[in-house]
Amino acid sequence: MQILPFIQQDPLLQGNHVNPVLVLGLGNILLQDEGIGVRVVQKLQHDFLMPAQVEVLDGGTAGMALYEHVIDRTHLIVIDAVKTGRPPGSIIILEDEEVPAFFHNKISPHQLALSDILAALLIEGKPLPEITLIGIEPVRLKTGIDLSECVLAKLDLLIEMTVDYLSEIGFEAKPRTIH
Amino acid sequence: MAKRIVIDPMTRIEGHLRIDCEVDEGKVTKAWSSGQMWRGIELILQGRDPRDAWVFAQRICGVCTTVHALASVRAVENALDMEIPLNAQYIRNLIIAAHSVHDHIVHFYHLSALDWVDILSALQADPVKAAKTAQGLSDWPMNSPQHFREIQARLKEFVETGQLGIFASGYWNHPAMKLPPEINLIAVAHYFQALDYQRRANKIVSILGSKTPHIQNLAVGGVANPINLDSQSTLTLERLYYIKNIIDELGDFIHKVYMVDVAAIGALYADWTNYGAGVKNYLAVPDLPLDGKGTRFDLPGGYIPNADLDQFKSISGFNDAYFEKGVKESVKHAWYQGGKGALHPYDGETQPEYTDFQDDAKYTWVKAPTFYDNRVQVGPLANVLCMAAAGHEPTVRNLDKLLKMAGSIAGTEIPVEALHSTIGRHAARCVRAAVLYESLQRQWHLLMENIGKGDYATYNRPDFPKEEVRGVGLHEAPRGVLSHWIVIRDGKIHNYQAVVPSTWNAGPRDENDAPGPYEASLLDNPIADPEKPLEVIRTVHSFDPCLACAIHMVDTRKQQEVVRVHAVGSQCGVTF
Repeated sequence: MQILPFIQQDPLLQGNHVNPVLVLGLGNILLQDEGIGVRVVQKLQHDFLMPAQVEVLDGGTAGMALYEHVIDRTHLIVIDAVKTGRPPGSIIILEDEEVPAFFHNKISPHQLALSDILAALLIEGKPLPEITLIGIEPVRLKTGIDLSECVLAKLDLLIEMTVDYLSEIGFEAKPRTIH
Repeated sequence: MAKRIVIDPMTRIEGHLRIDCEVDEGKVTKAWSSGQMWRGIELILQGRDPRDAWVFAQRICGVCTTVHALASVRAVENALDMEIPLNAQYIRNLIIAAHSVHDHIVHFYHLSALDWVDILSALQADPVKAAKTAQGLSDWPMNSPQHFREIQARLKEFVETGQLGIFASGYWNHPAMKLPPEINLIAVAHYFQALDYQRRANKIVSILGSKTPHIQNLAVGGVANPINLDSQSTLTLERLYYIKNIIDELGDFIHKVYMVDVAAIGALYADWTNYGAGVKNYLAVPDLPLDGKGTRFDLPGGYIPNADLDQFKSISGFNDAYFEKGVKESVKHAWYQGGKGALHPYDGETQPEYTDFQDDAKYTWVKAPTFYDNRVQVGPLANVLCMAAAGHEPTVRNLDKLLKMAGSIAGTEIPVEALHSTIGRHAARCVRAAVLYESLQRQWHLLMENIGKGDYATYNRPDFPKEEVRGVGLHEAPRGVLSHWIVIRDGKIHNYQAVVPSTWNAGPRDENDAPGPYEASLLDNPIADPEKPLEVIRTVHSFDPCLACAIHMVDTRKQQEVVRVHAVGSQCGVTF
């Protein structure tokens, strides 16, 4: 059968991403504030309609499985818990060269971190996206699915910052109508 | 005098896997495997709706999301003694097999090849000679001088930037690195091609699972993929044919690249068939069910005691009491409250009791599982040996192909016994990938045929009784036997235990102080340089260790993995 015409119409089957911008939430929701990145993208997906160029993805703690999501993007916006030694709840933004070093620590003894995926793209001669990290210092990292009060109180601010950043680079996220 | 080596990949927070070895006269004489992080999923799940358990379970690990989700829904279905539609079974099987192929390719090329392949040596290779060697082994079209020259140039440019990045953790120029420059260059070229092929395998998971890394299509009772061959938002004919194309491409890569590379590297490191066997009791569970209840399977499983394939005992299905009754876990050497002896997972307790690292007492967060009181090794090697012992034709044929290929490169016959080793685990993993490729083809045809009969069912509604029910969800995951154990009372989760593959392999000494598979496999490993224990890393990596289960956080204060190498009476650190 002739499947090529159908493949061209089906976004799931495209080799390249139709959305050049990826908002990627990272972290483990089973360890309280560790999962803040995922909580932010979950709420973003729930509360906002994104333009066609923007994909919002819950990356969890994935390693190599992120490769296919990071490849062929122009912008990568990562939301994650960060430890910089600042007071808990502090929010920081990092851009481009400042970012990869932050992902240099491996997730596990065998796992590839985001920095490795970026390095692989580089050595393959593939273009790197513009990278922005929106991060927050965690308070509590015990087993459990609840965010600490302090980090929970910053959830909306992180969402606002992400939406503002998207707007700055020319993509308007629209709030969904609240019923 | 014995030296103590501590390999502690200090990951962002507490770290995960720590290996301690005592080395005397160039050999490992004692070893400890320690999981440095506590996984508390069991406690999070108590009291929740069993239908939601898989959503949390797939967060246990960032690498193994799919496998935990699957074991979780199977546990609930097993507890309810329910059947799921054939389409659901086939779709799950395609996801399982594609995920495993992805995982095996990533493990060999991206997580362990650099234990054997020297990147810097590849820079010295002659691309024409490399192409000639590669073409002598395989008709893979990308084995050309132009391609190898291009890869070498890019590699050189990358190395010259001084940012080794992805390659930063290698032991370049280590005396245990033995491959000629051309083989190193071939392996590096395939390393990059493998990035693309692992992505293709994962694409199958994305299409069927609606998304990766966290699939969304599972449900207790089946899958949430409506099948409508004409509607864009469902599983269409186009999507199914697209998947078929990817399966074909994966088969080419596995046979013409992956198996050939493993055969060549294995043949050139033939001495490594003498090290790393460790525990030679092997356990695997059957997978890829061919009926709704899980009584017939594409891939067989069972138990092999003491490397004796003639004593293979089959595990017949998801309801096989032989498996269900055989499993116990000991916490004698783990940081949990104990004193009750080894417990069955239905009765398992997970109450933390942290001491310090105590060589002869408690030293890990990982429990020590046993099968009828024996330590067992799980993973692709166990799986392949069990399938071969069961006479599974695709396994026997692909295993024979690999051993012959390696034998012709080594110039000597390589027996099946060579598999009980560090390099044997890599060999078994690529044989398993070849077997799974054939399963992908078979499952795809079964799904198409069944849809062709007009059967579009994908989901049966679960029904929860008031009284207590118990079940186990089995899955032969990329790292081996995975079982989730659930006790349901009044429709709520009363107890939940996950016995993960790395628990079997990375577990500490047990109730009788017998060492676990990692620990046993390290004994007698040669160590050329205690400050650069590449040989220890080779053996541990051959298991595909995954203790992540799961953590991820950016830490700007620590950089990279640290290998602490402690000599008795002195201390030095090597950072890489």
